[in-house]
Amino acid sequence: MAAHAFLIEDLACRRGGRVLFAGVDLALKPGAAALVTGRNGSGKSSLLRVLAGLNPPFAGRMLWQGEDTRREPEIFRRAMRYVGHADGLQTGLTVIENLRYWTQLSGSPSDRGALLSALAAVGLEALGDLPARMLSAGQRRRLALARPIASGAEMAGLWLLDEPTVALDGPSIDLIESAIARFRAAGGIVVASTNAPLSLPEAIRLDISEYEPEAAG
Amino acid sequence: MAGFGATLARDLLIARREGGEALLAVIFFVIGTVLFPLGVGPEANLLAAVAAGLIWVMALLATLLALDRLFQADWRDGALELMALSPESLTLIVAAKCLAHWLVTGLPMVVAAPLMALLLNLPPSGWLTLIAALLLGGPALSLIGAVCAALIVGARRGGVLMTLLALPLYIPTLIFGAGAVQAAIGGFDASGHLALMAATTLASAALCPWAAAAALRQAME
Repeated sequence: MAAHAFLIEDLACRRGGRVLFAGVDLALKPGAAALVTGRNGSGKSSLLRVLAGLNPPFAGRMLWQGEDTRREPEIFRRAMRYVGHADGLQTGLTVIENLRYWTQLSGSPSDRGALLSALAAVGLEALGDLPARMLSAGQRRRLALARPIASGAEMAGLWLLDEPTVALDGPSIDLIESAIARFRAAGGIVVASTNAPLSLPEAIRLDISEYEPEAAG
Repeated sequence: MAGFGATLARDLLIARREGGEALLAVIFFVIGTVLFPLGVGPEANLLAAVAAGLIWVMALLATLLALDRLFQADWRDGALELMALSPESLTLIVAAKCLAHWLVTGLPMVVAAPLMALLLNLPPSGWLTLIAALLLGGPALSLIGAVCAALIVGARRGGVLMTLLALPLYIPTLIFGAGAVQAAIGGFDASGHLALMAATTLASAALCPWAAAAALRQAME
């Protein structure tokens, strides 16, 4: 059993013909967290998309439990939950129907009780039967974050959260922080990008701007 | 397989919630077909001669109309990315979306086809074959269209591009489909045509979801 469940080695990313960052190394043990910061356009979202497997890395590799995530995507996808910029909500479906679909797709428990307790963790339990189109921006964000929460730490071991607290108010941020804390206490690993204050105790800080290669002269 | 069932149920539920919007294709099919007797004039023999071809062309165009929406909404709101990142196979998810698309657009057209046949004075000897051909060949239209819809996802002015891409690929289905009905009207055995339609649908079912899934993954990079 490797001590580092999620290992990033010498990762580089190229977007639109420009190398955004190169040489990113990160080793995360169960329960660890990494907080990715950096100015706008420096590659925070790109890093998370590469980690999730949406974009191929320009160089380097990622190991989940010792397996290359690009060679064994199925094992990795079973363990990984990604919350990107877009909330991925179908406006015609209700809050609980939206959540149910994603839990079914990831093989997590999708009975009403499990879904409601995930919604309670983000403070949406009273809105379960409301169409998603009626939600405010902050509520939509919270529903998106209920997705990884619904899986539980025994189902998934890694959360990749891209700007999780965007559009959230103070009490909601507290809810998300405590959900992350519970997940980490159960052995989960979190990589979150943010420019807003997000308190992740003992998180590894990674300023992605520092990994920008020198512009070739 | 959980992904297939869950996606099918989800897309059908969305279609039910949207109500009229989902039935747009079949309404277009009916109204478009009704226009022909009005334009051509009530010349019964003339209409009967072109009826099979007309119904099939209208079915192609109506399918195309609804294909735009197959991936567009999920693309815009980020749901496609989550589907691609789920442990379920994206190919099966795409196959489920195609089936849902056919159930919502293709099947109502099959139901409306006898009415259209009556309206265009299609000889009754061709009716059963028309329904069989639409049932056997219709899914191929959704499946082939899904590849085109996946290729243009994220493109601006995708609708026009979609038409240019899909219509040439629909030609074999159109030829076999209209040919089957003409053969039945002429008193010939249409089973050869129908077998070719079924083969087209089976081949599309095997290849198209896989190709569409590959195109979607490419679009997300």
